[in-house]
Amino acid sequence: MALLMGAVAYDPKVVTIWGGFRSWFNEHGFPFDFVLYSNYERQAEDLASGRIDAAWNSPLSWIRSRRLAEANGRRLTPLVMRDTDRDLTSVVVVRADSPYKDLADLKGETIAVGAIDSPQATLLPCSFLAERGLRPGVDITVRRFDVGVGLHGDHIGGERDAARALAAGTVAAACMIDSNHLLFGREGTLAAGSTRVLAQTPRFDHCNMSVSDTVSAEVMRRFGDLLLSMSYVDPQIRPLFDLEGLTSWQSGRTSGYGALEAAVDETSFYSREGAVTAAGYQP
Amino acid sequence: MSASAEHVLDLGDLGFEQGAHLLVQRALRDLPPGAELAVAGLDPALVVHLEAWCRSQGHRTQRADENDDGVKAWVTRGRTDLDRWALAERAGGPGPDGVVARPQLNWGLAARGALVEPGGPEIAADLAERELVWAELAPSLYAHAASAQWDPAKAVRWDAEVRLAPEIEQAIVQIMTFLVENEQAALVVPARLLARIHPHFREVLQLLAVQAADEARHVEIFTRRALLTGGEMGTSSVSGRESLATLLTEPDFSLASFLLSVLGEGSFLNLLTFIDRNAPDPVTRQVARLARQDEARHVAFGVAHLQHQGKVDPSLLGRLRGAVEQRHQTLISSAGLNQDVFDALVVLAAGEWTPEGIRRGYAAVQELQVEMDEGRQHRLVRLGFPGDEAAELSALHTRNFM
Repeated sequence: MALLMGAVAYDPKVVTIWGGFRSWFNEHGFPFDFVLYSNYERQAEDLASGRIDAAWNSPLSWIRSRRLAEANGRRLTPLVMRDTDRDLTSVVVVRADSPYKDLADLKGETIAVGAIDSPQATLLPCSFLAERGLRPGVDITVRRFDVGVGLHGDHIGGERDAARALAAGTVAAACMIDSNHLLFGREGTLAAGSTRVLAQTPRFDHCNMSVSDTVSAEVMRRFGDLLLSMSYVDPQIRPLFDLEGLTSWQSGRTSGYGALEAAVDETSFYSREGAVTAAGYQP
Repeated sequence: MSASAEHVLDLGDLGFEQGAHLLVQRALRDLPPGAELAVAGLDPALVVHLEAWCRSQGHRTQRADENDDGVKAWVTRGRTDLDRWALAERAGGPGPDGVVARPQLNWGLAARGALVEPGGPEIAADLAERELVWAELAPSLYAHAASAQWDPAKAVRWDAEVRLAPEIEQAIVQIMTFLVENEQAALVVPARLLARIHPHFREVLQLLAVQAADEARHVEIFTRRALLTGGEMGTSSVSGRESLATLLTEPDFSLASFLLSVLGEGSFLNLLTFIDRNAPDPVTRQVARLARQDEARHVAFGVAHLQHQGKVDPSLLGRLRGAVEQRHQTLISSAGLNQDVFDALVVLAAGEWTPEGIRRGYAAVQELQVEMDEGRQHRLVRLGFPGDEAAELSALHTRNFM
């Protein structure tokens, strides 16, 4: 039986990426197939209930899958992650000519964030701001840009709209992942030098390849070894890595998910058992 | 990790939104993987952007302490850029001496001599071996072809006076109609081959492209001459089109080149000379002469390619013979030449509508056929056929000239 992995089709390139990896796995004697989901919630439920063996999970989906799995008596392993998924940060950005010198100055202001389910542009920065005395809805007004809801922030649209609102002057600050602040500056969404980074979150980790105990330890080990053996030198692999945005697979770890776990609990995004409890969240 | 990193880069106030990555990239380029680069700079977002950029490029970073001699972060060089090009190779060399025997199909459209990243799609070129398409003459023939291009609108004096007896004018219209039909075949054949040849053999592609462009111009000038006095185009026979259709179906590059260029266009040279010699008006003479210049080059390439190939493929002459025989078999039940065309050639050479004129014209066309036969035999001998065999093969050539 082939190991069956789920992936969320947040972009058409997902078909190319996982179709390419499937060929590579099968050529290496490891039966592998994948199914595509339109959002992370159904994938999390299917992984936790054993309908699929593995899932290419967002950090938020990892949290929900793990909670659901544990409630079902199952166990998930964060097998590998991209090198580019480790030690990310999000930033709170203001216009360069604004009067804000530190976070406290934003009290009473409106702050733009990404989609309701974006770890990097909404959940983590809101939790970070709350911890520093800027409670959303109390000390600050949060303006959300719900683009690609259900994709857990993999769709860049919400962050870009938040950046545009900042550039247009309709909000005092905007939250986004560090790499997107660089991207928006380079592509011109934010004119170069027109914004300042007012604050930066502690480091966190992003996606992981979550594997269920539906597969044996031997299959899981082989799957992990094969992923870790993929090399950027390999002409078959390199274009897939370029599309997926990594240069090597690294071992999975959970040490970078603490802040998001806290954010999920603070906002009651999911229950302890993994039920969706976030108000107004409709993937 | 230390403040005494050997290599220090100061970005000044240049930010990553303004191209700072280029300086970082350049500084890292000459360091071995694992080496450290200290990065200093004044842009407030420097560390945020440096970390994000390095992560995407496979480099690791570590932030410096505050006021650490202006150093903001240390970058540990990764190896992603090196890995991308680790198995890269040069696609031969840029000049004709850089042509390789078997270019990789995944070089695709890469310029000859380019450093090609391994992988990528394979180009659908089934003519991908030097010996199948090459001729040492190709580069110089292309250079000549490019310099010898002419403008159909200006190269012919279209306003020259043309006042002919209606029958003579009608004969010229018929011959021009026949020439257009042949030129269209001569355009399609190289165009089809062009799409099948590996772009590594650049000069052959260039030459065939110009050859197709030559034929395109010929189609134009012959059509324009046919319609010059306001009449209609002439006739097109089934047998004429049957003969030309056999040229389009030959898949082998050398055989197609042989049938089209050496036999067909070779015979065509004699025909164009005949028209130039006998035409009663300056426009007809001029279009025949212009086309002949180009056709001579096409024949030269065909002969040169086959001479080259004959040196490396001892079976070539046998295959060429087979191609002639097969075409003859296919056309054995065909009349070959449009009778209207044959008659028109006689009338053209006659120049007048009298018994004496027709006798003269008829003799001239017979002489043309002898010249065509001799020309074909001559070229066949140049390719290595013994004289008697060359005569035999030439006799099997289609009655359609092309």
